[in-house]
Amino acid sequence: MLGWLFVSPADRRLLGTSRFRGPTPWVIAIMSFSIMLIAASGLALASTAGSLTRAIEQRYALEVPNGGENLDALVASLKAAPGVTSIEAVPESEMRRTLGRWLGPAAESADLPVPALVNFDVRPGTDIAAIQRRAQTIAPGAEISAHEDKVAPLLRSMRALQWLAFGLVVLLGAAAAAAVVLAARGALDTHRFTIEVMHGIGATDLQVTHLFQRKIALDALVGSLAGAAAGAVVLFLLASGASFAGELTGGGTLSVLDLVILLLLPFALTILATWVGRIAVLAALREAL
Amino acid sequence: MDEAWQGAVPWTGRGRDVDLPAIAEFDSVGLRYGTGAEVLRDLDFRLANGGFYFLTGPSGAGKTSLLKLLYLAQRPTRGRIKLFGEELSEAPREALPPFRRRIGVVFQDFRLIRHLSAFDNIALPLRVAGATDEELEGPVREMLAWVGLADRASARPPTLSGGEQQRVAIARAVINRPDLLVADEPTGNVDADMAKRLLHLFTALNRLGTTVVVATHDVGLISATPGAEMIRLDNGGLADPTGMLRNPPPRRG
Repeated sequence: MLGWLFVSPADRRLLGTSRFRGPTPWVIAIMSFSIMLIAASGLALASTAGSLTRAIEQRYALEVPNGGENLDALVASLKAAPGVTSIEAVPESEMRRTLGRWLGPAAESADLPVPALVNFDVRPGTDIAAIQRRAQTIAPGAEISAHEDKVAPLLRSMRALQWLAFGLVVLLGAAAAAAVVLAARGALDTHRFTIEVMHGIGATDLQVTHLFQRKIALDALVGSLAGAAAGAVVLFLLASGASFAGELTGGGTLSVLDLVILLLLPFALTILATWVGRIAVLAALREAL
Repeated sequence: MDEAWQGAVPWTGRGRDVDLPAIAEFDSVGLRYGTGAEVLRDLDFRLANGGFYFLTGPSGAGKTSLLKLLYLAQRPTRGRIKLFGEELSEAPREALPPFRRRIGVVFQDFRLIRHLSAFDNIALPLRVAGATDEELEGPVREMLAWVGLADRASARPPTLSGGEQQRVAIARAVINRPDLLVADEPTGNVDADMAKRLLHLFTALNRLGTTVVVATHDVGLISATPGAEMIRLDNGGLADPTGMLRNPPPRRG
């Protein structure tokens, strides 16, 4: 199936020009570099969104608007509630510090009714309504809210960015494919005489195509690997200390699977370019007798 | 060089389709390019298997177009063409390469690939037919010696003289032992001595069973080939007053 990759030196000489000349490897290298960075950002965003979702999906906040007079009793009651795995009351001092951002020094006033806040985690399937009823027996105004609901807009944005990254990767792949089609047509024009001679002595379209396919595949492989290597260097530099790495990737890290995906991208781009080049050459050859 | 050039061709003894009476049959064939006028019209003739033909006629009569139909570089716009007993005028293009491999073509302008050596140009038909480097090495060297270019194997066409290029083109045309050899004005670019040698080569091939069709203006060439038949084209039509071309007598196989 891959026999066309291993042709004799004489067959290689048929096209006459040396490899890696012309813009194709450069164009593919730029595409590969961009795809690498965008895909890494998208994967890191996905990783961050996943971590965030996992961290908060069973996390809830219990809020008592009128203050924490019964906070100790409330915490004790929640600890005893079925399904609750951990509990953490936010200290009043921290609540006042938070309120201080809006109220200024007034946040320190003893007259200010500081709401009490208790974060707690539960096991999946826990009856949250039952916990809320239990809390309301101690603090009647107590309300429970899911952390997931509060960060939902952020998660939606992150997922949108992931899709945007995926779309950009697809677009760049399509642009690389279009560049290969143009390069293949240019190569066919350049070698029209050789092709005519070969057809005249009985070469099949497939035989002619294999010559071009091999050149396209090697150009694409060299371009993709060079671009991906440059992309990997940039990613490494970003990940090993640049302060905006966290902003670029949302603080997320890449899993082994993500790294495997990134590693496979240049090869996927090579396969795409070779396949598109083959189709373009075959289609162009069919226009002649 | 002369001895080699005029010696026996390297691949004698090949079996051929001796039972096939006509190697090419044209039936009411017409050809036009695009929407222009017909350059060939109402061609009805047969080429006997093993025959030797000269295609003559004034410039613009359609000789090159007729040859293009013969070596499958062009389809007729009407009529039918049978080659090697197969109807090919409407055959799918994927079906044509095996037939093209049975045809050797010598072009007036040689049509050698400039960036390939003489060796690689001659080897091309064998490579296309699937021969490995080891398999083609011997035949190509033999062919180079036969056309007197053994010491120019690695020379590229631009560094060869017109006559040398002509010989490389002929070696390429005959190396795969074609059943049909088509030559378009093969003596147009060579001197009288070379023309004589070419004729010797063509008759030698013909004796081995190859059907030869030579388009030429060279009257000397025609008169020096006894037994050859003439196809005369004029204004795209065929002159066949004796009817010999419609119903050729059987030839040697």
